[in-house]
Amino acid sequence: MSDDEPVRDAGFDDWLDALGDGDPYFLECEHGHGSLPPRRVCPEPGCDSTDLEKRSLPETGRIESVTVVSVATPAFEADAPFALAVADFGPVSLTGQVRGIESEDAEIGTTVSLELATPGSETVDRAVAFRPR
Amino acid sequence: MSEVRVAGVGLTPFGNSPERTGRDLFAEATIAAFEDASVPREDIEEVLYGNFMGEIAEHQGHQGPLMADAAGVDAPATRYEAACASSATAVRDAVARIRSGQADVLLVGGAERMSNLGTGGATEALAIAADDLWEVRAGMTFPAAYALMAEAYFETYGGDSEDLAHVAVKNHANAVENDYAQYQREITVEDVLEAPRVATPLGLYDSCPISDGASALVLVSESYADRKGLDASVAITGSGQGGDRMALQDRETMARTPAASEASEKAYDDAGIGPEEVGVAEVHDCFTIAEVLAIEAIGLASEGEGIAAAREGRTTVEGEVPVNLSGGLKAKGHPVGATGVSQLAELTKLLRGDHPHGDRVEDADVGVAHNAGGTVASAVVHVLEVVA
Repeated sequence: MSDDEPVRDAGFDDWLDALGDGDPYFLECEHGHGSLPPRRVCPEPGCDSTDLEKRSLPETGRIESVTVVSVATPAFEADAPFALAVADFGPVSLTGQVRGIESEDAEIGTTVSLELATPGSETVDRAVAFRPR
Repeated sequence: MSEVRVAGVGLTPFGNSPERTGRDLFAEATIAAFEDASVPREDIEEVLYGNFMGEIAEHQGHQGPLMADAAGVDAPATRYEAACASSATAVRDAVARIRSGQADVLLVGGAERMSNLGTGGATEALAIAADDLWEVRAGMTFPAAYALMAEAYFETYGGDSEDLAHVAVKNHANAVENDYAQYQREITVEDVLEAPRVATPLGLYDSCPISDGASALVLVSESYADRKGLDASVAITGSGQGGDRMALQDRETMARTPAASEASEKAYDDAGIGPEEVGVAEVHDCFTIAEVLAIEAIGLASEGEGIAAAREGRTTVEGEVPVNLSGGLKAKGHPVGATGVSQLAELTKLLRGDHPHGDRVEDADVGVAHNAGGTVASAVVHVLEVVA
């Protein structure tokens, strides 16, 4: 590997690949607790499971909270202002930009699907995003 | 178990001094602390130092020995990092060492140089306290994280931007007479509401500034204080820490901060008191909503009632329990690694009576400090009491 080549984050980048392929997943332990990779031990207190299996993520989630970000980190400056939300997909929740809607129109309770977005950025070439359904 | 006494406190003024190095800031705070303590530097057995973004802001790791050196102290030194709660975690360790008899005299403090990074650089540096993969790479910033908590709070309990504005107005008013504060000026509710938004519902005046500064404490055992005849009337009687999932998205709710509840329960239990005995508090108001979440978590307001506390005057200088008489992070400033210890320095002066607001809390003999890291994945609470 050359020094110029970006190094992947195993687990996380694999998950983004899967999202790009339209097949996002979560990890489930034998007791039904959900989590996200990279992960070896179920994070549910007292669960202790190390038997985590990939399962398909539900197609839609619900916005639990949302904000319109005006002052962004340099990697996302070109996108600002943008709506950033935490959406609950059942077994796991995710953080991402809300696309395809005026940013101030994104609301708590809105049903969204997941997509892989390309932010206007030099350092982040892809990111988790939501689209209202 | 040996009681831990605060022999001396020292602060730099917090503010915008981009050219000053971290070591220079920390040296100034320690000079003040040693003067206040009347303890010779040669008696210091260890230095416990909090700092968050030293690698980014100053390209400087291994800051413990550097800072001991700057303070003129020849002793082992360790840096503590827990985001914005860094120096409070250093205090926790110092308390444990003195109580166990491992040490009698410790220098504890923190420093942060931030403004040299500029707004974008500091925003990026602060963001590393969040989960890089699942939050920062999705566009999260710290104001955005607290904005998400604010919206979740409004959805669960009600409240609005105007309620939050009263927190900022109160803390700015408190800072007017504090010469160590970054903003010694009053603001109005209208100023807060009309300021540009950073991340809705939070605007510029809902947010703490980017600050440079340092803080220091000389902590001693009760026996050392007695032996040396020190005037050290304030003791750290309770210390507690709580933790939570790192990423906001992994929490059960964004409308509460259970790590801070856990920290306060442990600290109150440690001190053998309850929240009803607290007479004055310094809490981690990096954003206005953070003060609301803090006072609910540490039992100074019931769940859902914290949002109205500033507006109703319950936490103002005239209120039942004044909160952030220093000006808080909001107006005093927030050099992150210095903040936890600075809260204890301010509280010590309030309880001793040599703070500009000392007369306002003359009857208070119990103070509590709440210091939070990240989106409160780390929380540290300390109880201070007048014991002599």
